[in-house]
Amino acid sequence: MEIVRIKDLRTSYNGHIAIKNVSFNIEKGEYVCLVGENGSGKSTLLKTLVGLNKKDNGEIILNIEPDKVSYLAQNNMTEINFPATAKEIIMTGVQKHKKLPFYNKEDHEAFEEICNELSIKSIINKQISELSGGQRQRVMLARALIRKPELLILDEPCSGLDSIITKEFYKILDKLNKEKGLTIIMATHDLNEIESENIRVICMATVVKFDGNVIEWNKQEK
Amino acid sequence: MSNLEMFIDLLKYPFMQRAIICGIAISFCAALIGVILVLKRYSMIGHGLGEVAFASLSLALVLGMPEMYIAIPIVIIASFIILIISQKQGESGDITIALVSAGALAFGVIITAITNGFNIDVYNYMFGSILTMKTSYVIISVGLSIILVIIYLIFYNRLFMITYDEKYAKVCGINVTFYQFLIALFTAIVVVIGMRMMGTMLISSLIVFPAVIARRLTHSFKEMSVMSIIISIICFLFGLIISSILNLPTGASIVMVYIAVLLFSIIWTKILK
Repeated sequence: MEIVRIKDLRTSYNGHIAIKNVSFNIEKGEYVCLVGENGSGKSTLLKTLVGLNKKDNGEIILNIEPDKVSYLAQNNMTEINFPATAKEIIMTGVQKHKKLPFYNKEDHEAFEEICNELSIKSIINKQISELSGGQRQRVMLARALIRKPELLILDEPCSGLDSIITKEFYKILDKLNKEKGLTIIMATHDLNEIESENIRVICMATVVKFDGNVIEWNKQEK
Repeated sequence: MSNLEMFIDLLKYPFMQRAIICGIAISFCAALIGVILVLKRYSMIGHGLGEVAFASLSLALVLGMPEMYIAIPIVIIASFIILIISQKQGESGDITIALVSAGALAFGVIITAITNGFNIDVYNYMFGSILTMKTSYVIISVGLSIILVIIYLIFYNRLFMITYDEKYAKVCGINVTFYQFLIALFTAIVVVIGMRMMGTMLISSLIVFPAVIARRLTHSFKEMSVMSIIISIICFLFGLIISSILNLPTGASIVMVYIAVLLFSIIWTKILK
């Protein structure tokens, strides 16, 4: 089942064309990595996909409810000393457009479930600034997953994290993709750290330069 | 009769009772909105709106109209304008606040100069005169405070979300613009109802200080909100007592109490570290 369809997409950023003539489809359960140099349009494409950037022209069709899309941004630690606990931050993930602004029993159950799944129960009452980089990233992932998305969009989620934490983080994503069938679209620079072989690679350079399996991509790179 | 006995004696009088009721209500609201403004780095909005409030009061005095009728719409509109332009300017949004506040102050000064000059009414609004508040002002202030607190509690989770991560809220389909306008409206009303107490020159301190102090002492948004309210009300009461005993302006006395508590909180957190 096709979950995302992008057709002839063109988007500008700060007056410059960031992406143009971008067309591809994503099937349910796919794990797609967007690669490309800085400024190649990866982040712009993802931001356009989640509605943070406006498109100049072209089409984006999401064949799922908007509430089933979740996003983990690149620099989500801009205000590192913000006085908020991990729990307060994770719970915001259940907020939806047509939902009352209160947390109900199901929300609290979803919170318990996601904390167990990501092994972060011990840190939920800590202030975000007290956590390590890896723990903070798990908290952000928990916030993205608590709404039980069908499509998870991540923009360089491991930038600034060390190799061990990065590998652990990608293992979690791989597990979510394989066991829960979560569709993942992720902009990344460290494709080598991802151990899964089911990855589809889309290389961006304003236009789509490559679209295929990770094995073919590796061969081409060599 | 000692100074403290004199203050206790003053409590019998309706003007002092009005001041305490109104002061607590306004301190409560200012503390809540202050948490959001400080965390969103919009601290100077209160100062800018204070100047706008001064200009609108000068206008109200010239027109001979009740100050609230003029000040509330003007300050709300100014608050929306500051918010919209600040967002378009991004990080240099403080330029808008500086321009609006300077323009409003200049307008207020000119209006005042060409009409009655700086009489006691203008002075009271600039530097606060909580003891001269009329019953009608107290009723409006307390009524608006109750409405604001109810709205804040209803939208607490959303306001936290917007304050922490506006972009994520947008992705989640939350109407961020609505909440931004709610924050702007909230701020404008606090400035208007607080100006008689603190004065238009010092109103921003009522919004900023409790949140800044509370931030140093707490670890979560909820704790910060509660602590900010407690600090705001205690500092108001101490400021009122000091101003009554020493016969000083109430607004300035409250600010001095804030500064003392802030210094104490800095020392306290250094010792704990």
